[in-house]
Amino acid sequence: MTIPVMTARRAGLMACPHCGLVCRQTAKPDPRCPRCDGKVQGRKAESLSRASAYLIAAAILYIPANLLPIMQTSSLLGAKADTILSGIAYFWTSGSWGLAALIFFASILVPLLKLGTIALLTLSVHFHWGRHLHQRANLFRIIEMVGRWSMLDIFVVALMVGLVHFRGVAVIEAGPGAAAFGAVVILTILASQSFDPRLIWDREEELHD
Amino acid sequence: MPDLVNGDAGPDVCGPSSVPPLVACPECDALHRRVPIRRGTKARCIRCGAVLYRHSYLMPRHMVPLLLGTLMVFLIANLFPIVDLQVQGLRHGTTLFGSIVALWREGRQIVAGLVFTTTVLLPLVDLLAMLALLLSWPGHSAHLWRFVRALRPWGMIEVFMLGVVVSLVKLSHMAQIIPGPALWAFAALTILLAVIVSFDPCSLWDQPAEAGP
Repeated sequence: MTIPVMTARRAGLMACPHCGLVCRQTAKPDPRCPRCDGKVQGRKAESLSRASAYLIAAAILYIPANLLPIMQTSSLLGAKADTILSGIAYFWTSGSWGLAALIFFASILVPLLKLGTIALLTLSVHFHWGRHLHQRANLFRIIEMVGRWSMLDIFVVALMVGLVHFRGVAVIEAGPGAAAFGAVVILTILASQSFDPRLIWDREEELHD
Repeated sequence: MPDLVNGDAGPDVCGPSSVPPLVACPECDALHRRVPIRRGTKARCIRCGAVLYRHSYLMPRHMVPLLLGTLMVFLIANLFPIVDLQVQGLRHGTTLFGSIVALWREGRQIVAGLVFTTTVLLPLVDLLAMLALLLSWPGHSAHLWRFVRALRPWGMIEVFMLGVVVSLVKLSHMAQIIPGPALWAFAALTILLAVIVSFDPCSLWDQPAEAGP
């Protein structure tokens, strides 16, 4: 079990999410921080419904992001369209294992981990699970940290398009999957931003009361 | 380790402000008494381990020259080609902006917009807003900080830098690669931005006696 602690909410206080100033709770509608004028809320507004809305949108776009080609190469040897997975397979078979592992991690593992973790966290808060608080808090911290690295493939495609532009010899273009994949990354970041990790711990308070 | 607090000190929201020595964990809401910490260290939550606040090595007087220098590196990174490729006597190089324009022209406006926003627009706005924050201290600093904090997760120069490395490894099999000035500028920018992010202006409000400009 965890150490019982006094929380800001129990003490009748609220911390400004922008500058950290701890203020007394107020009955006034739409309270503002006296220091930075930011909106102060005890918990992020409609955290669970927002997080799940972004999550569902991301999960739907995850399908075209993986099925549609993200990069189209036309060269003297013919035209070729690569999805995320076929790009990784190409690296793997051509012997660049390190690169294949890196792109697999950033483009496949991280988005899946994010979708799965946010789903797990929203469900766990919705159903008031009182166990594994630390593990869930750590999971949230991990996806917050690694989420942005999924943009890697988008930047690689952008650079390849800009660099490989030799008319008649080789030209690389971005495929329709790139926009879908970019949207998945943005939506999963928005989902984890809307999720309020304090909701995980609020359960502990309920148990002590 | 910070003490737990049962008090109710703190300004009323919307009311007159005075900085209380309290800090609430941003991830689990546990309340701690703020204690001064050494330079280069962080205070962590006793319950969930989240970082509560940090005391950076950087002082405000270091920040303005650092930001100006970083802006110059940012300009070099964006004005010069990242690499030139040479294939069968043909040579073609690109700047970051050139790549974005190429994406836009071939009908990938969404991807072009995404790359432009995360690698050019937001990092530039971040640097300019930080500069304005420090130069206008303490006038509008709190408002500017709120703005910088909201856009910071979307600036992705370090991810872009890794993308450059991956692209170069990918292309090194097919073409001869001639590194451009922007390649080194992006590498430097990645490090400089990591240093700038470690500076937390909140520490100025919370430890004014020690760190005020």
